[in-house]
Amino acid sequence: MTQDDIYTQLKDIIKIYLPEDVSVDKITLESHLINELNINSSHLVDVVLDVEDAFDIEIKDQELEEMDTVKTAIAIIEKKLNN
Amino acid sequence: MKERLDIIKSELPYSAPFLFVDELVAISNTGAKGIYTFKEDEYFYKGHFKGNPITPGVILIECMAQIGVVCFGIYLIQESFLENKLKDQIAAQKTLGPIKIALASSQIDFYLPVLPGERVEVISEKEYFRFGKLKCKVKMMNAKGELVCKGTISGMIAK
Repeated sequence: MTQDDIYTQLKDIIKIYLPEDVSVDKITLESHLINELNINSSHLVDVVLDVEDAFDIEIKDQELEEMDTVKTAIAIIEKKLNN
Repeated sequence: MKERLDIIKSELPYSAPFLFVDELVAISNTGAKGIYTFKEDEYFYKGHFKGNPITPGVILIECMAQIGVVCFGIYLIQESFLENKLKDQIAAQKTLGPIKIALASSQIDFYLPVLPGERVEVISEKEYFRFGKLKCKVKMMNAKGELVCKGTISGMIAK
């Protein structure tokens, strides 16, 4: 799976949890999930649980803390998939 | 076990007039059960409704959250310490001090009213407890064993 494939799938998951005042176009590689996309900490957990199901991986607590932007999320998913 | 249930209740960060747990009756890794009797003189009956006291839905949700998510969450956090697994490290780190919690979401359907003096039982079942978030299916039954309300509630350990 390429980074682009991960990005596409991740975007589909994130958009479910975007508040109404944030449009899907705001999702970029650099977007900060909490500060820019306005995802609250509860929905961030939902995003990660959906990511676990979609990619069949397990995310650790520490890794959730590291997932601040779309880019770092992709990097963590990619690392897991290659293991 | 009775003692353990009392300890959990004493850890609750609420007091009158906003404590809606009389007794926890059962708790395990999969769920919790507790009871509360709405006193005739609860403060909110004065205004809800004028001359027609009925327990507000938000208070029923609060009661379900205190028993089904907060008491249950305190138990699960204590368990993760006791087992020394510290699987949920976020939970572990954040609860070394006084517990700070926040309601994350609730979706509840209501079926019957609860009148002053009624006793209710709250039954909660875990959907998941991950990354400091506890999501539960919760229902409330009245003393006749009829369904009062049910739905899902989740809470987070706050930073």
